Amino acid sequence: MLKLENITKRFGPVVANRRVSLEVGRGEVLALLGENGAGKTTLVSILYGLYAPDEGRILLEGREVRVPSPKAAQRLGIALVPQHPELIEAHTVAENLALGLDLPPFFSRRALEGRLRELLKDHPLGVALEAPVARLSAGEKQRVELLRALLSRPKVLILDEPTSVLTPKEAQELFQEIRRLQALGLAVIFISHKLDEVLAIADRIAVLRGGEKVGELSRKEADKETLVRMMVGRSVAPLPKVPPPREEVVLEVEDLVVPRHGFPVQGVSFALRAGEVLGVAGVAGSGQSELVEALAGLRPYRGSVRFLGQPLPKDPARLYALGVAHIPEERAMGVVGGMSVAENLALRTFRAYAPKGLLDYRAMEREARALIEGYRIKTPSPRTPVRFLSGGNVQKVILARELKGGPRLLLAMHPTYGVDVGAAEEVHGRILELVRQGAAVLLVSEDLDEILALSHRVAALYHGRLVGPIPREAASREALGRMMAEGRA
Amino acid sequence: MEEALVRAVLFGTPILLASLGALLAERGGVVNLGVEGIMALSALAAFAAAMAGGVGLGVLAGVGTGAVLGAFLGLFAVSLRANQFVAGLALAALGLGASGLLGKRYEGVPLPNPLPEEGLALLALALAALLHLLLYRTRFGLYLRSVGENPRAADLFGVSVDGVRHLALFLGGGLMGLAGAYLSLAYRPSWTDGMTAGLGWVAIALVILAAWQPLRAVLGAYLFGLLFFLQFRLQGSVPIPSEAFAAMPYLLVILVLALSGRTRAPKALGIPFERGR
Repeated sequence: MLKLENITKRFGPVVANRRVSLEVGRGEVLALLGENGAGKTTLVSILYGLYAPDEGRILLEGREVRVPSPKAAQRLGIALVPQHPELIEAHTVAENLALGLDLPPFFSRRALEGRLRELLKDHPLGVALEAPVARLSAGEKQRVELLRALLSRPKVLILDEPTSVLTPKEAQELFQEIRRLQALGLAVIFISHKLDEVLAIADRIAVLRGGEKVGELSRKEADKETLVRMMVGRSVAPLPKVPPPREEVVLEVEDLVVPRHGFPVQGVSFALRAGEVLGVAGVAGSGQSELVEALAGLRPYRGSVRFLGQPLPKDPARLYALGVAHIPEERAMGVVGGMSVAENLALRTFRAYAPKGLLDYRAMEREARALIEGYRIKTPSPRTPVRFLSGGNVQKVILARELKGGPRLLLAMHPTYGVDVGAAEEVHGRILELVRQGAAVLLVSEDLDEILALSHRVAALYHGRLVGPIPREAASREALGRMMAEGRA
Repeated sequence: MEEALVRAVLFGTPILLASLGALLAERGGVVNLGVEGIMALSALAAFAAAMAGGVGLGVLAGVGTGAVLGAFLGLFAVSLRANQFVAGLALAALGLGASGLLGKRYEGVPLPNPLPEEGLALLALALAALLHLLLYRTRFGLYLRSVGENPRAADLFGVSVDGVRHLALFLGGGLMGLAGAYLSLAYRPSWTDGMTAGLGWVAIALVILAAWQPLRAVLGAYLFGLLFFLQFRLQGSVPIPSEAFAAMPYLLVILVLALSGRTRAPKALGIPFERGR
């Protein structure tokens, strides 16, 4: 059905794709597996007409085609469900879907909805056409993207990391939908960096690394270990065992309420011991950000929070001085992109570098060098602005800054989101080292495997309430999924 | 009382026309801060053309000048991805300055056969209704709102973001040009330097007051019209300094802007679009 031959794409000196060849047939699911930065999204962007390839050709049903724009891709029968839904929040579902149609110059709302129903009669809708998109859940938004892709009656459907916004249950439903489309004869390209998913859905698996295709396996030949080795280029050691927690209680949270629109956190209580990791899962927007930000002193809250027996202050600077470190939800929140690596590493402790009121840059850079070496941060120099660093290295800058004072409590949110396997390993290693030294860690993550691998106890936030915690031994992916989606352990 | 309402409508009409023009561009994500300059130059062009070939030609010249200036802003604010606010302010200054320079010979000349204000006031009302239909009932309207909310998504689905924005600025400029023509051909009807008197800025504030809805802009424009009328009428007759009345519309503008945090602007307003960013 669709064939790529020797696709090469350069961005300046960087080669994003080097001589990549792929093929996918009617009714087949081809998985494109690779880490962040392996070139998956670039390849898809080329297929969908967002970038032009520097070399190579695309063949559709045996004919060579050019895809100069997304519109051209749609006309050729190539449809994309992008990683982050590209929807217009202020519009209704119908209006969003209409963007994929050849519309008449004038139309009424009712005529539009009627036409959409007619065009989509072979597919379950799953959402109300007249609903404003802003009110839909992440899974429903993705459903809208899928419906929009189907409107163009595609021959090839590309799904870019489709499960990253879904609960495990929603992901299962998506897989059923993919099976249904496959049976209708669509060629499906499924992009992911999650092994379990790829093994569950794909007929064939192509692995990308550093912009090149390093191999292709049929479903039968593939197993987790082989795939990881191909993806990362080496085998990854399993995480060391976490030692059991100590007796001393570090953090005691009682009936914490964040009193903002809709009460995002409604009465959360838990205690954390020294050397203990509490993993908190949850569908995005269930109160995770608010809980972490409240404890980090960034949001007003009610309720009693005691840290080492004392009431926890509500001021980030004092919290840091007391030994509370914070890895924020988004990396951009944790660094100032235009400032240098050294300055970012010193952000929490600027005063220490200015005993006489003026900053001592030499001391700052000297210490930055030590941290850069210790944390293996890849940067040309301590003076390089942080925005030139890759995601994994930015995360290491944040980690180095937050951990350098030897914290007693770490509030870590999505600590490895969007970083490559190597960097994630290092981040996990650092967190475990901290735990061994007796720090308590509140780990909020969307990566259930990460939570299960690091935590002593696991819990989930469900509409602002804490479900659990339950001991790690009693937890499984399925159990966590239930806690996230149904609010019961 | 009746007189007050009529004068409010007639005074509100240029504000309404100009703010419809600004609203049209803003729904597509482009701020046009050049309104004042566009109105000034269009008023002059309309007047000059009317002197040469009658009011019909005058209206055409006003609308045409406005549209061309709107497109001119598009060259910088859309195609070259310049900062929309800086480009718009430059256009405002350019238009005001150029109209003063070019209009010297028309200063104080009366227009022999002016246009009826009422006719244009009705036209403005009709245009507001048409703009409402354009936004919510047509393909262009859907594309325009999409481009103003999420240009990346619109681009992904084959809508030409730059094309839609250029057209919005062009059409919006035409409406501003009509506002200018109304001033010099019907309201005054003559031409003097600085005759726009800040109405363009009021129009920009009105877009926010109207929450980017054309029909609400009608009410807002007439409210401003009423305030301007009161300013003239109450001067001297009540023991309040006339400066206080003169300042009223502008105080209202500031109040509106201060309270505008609550209304929801088009999400991509003021942000130049670049594919892949």
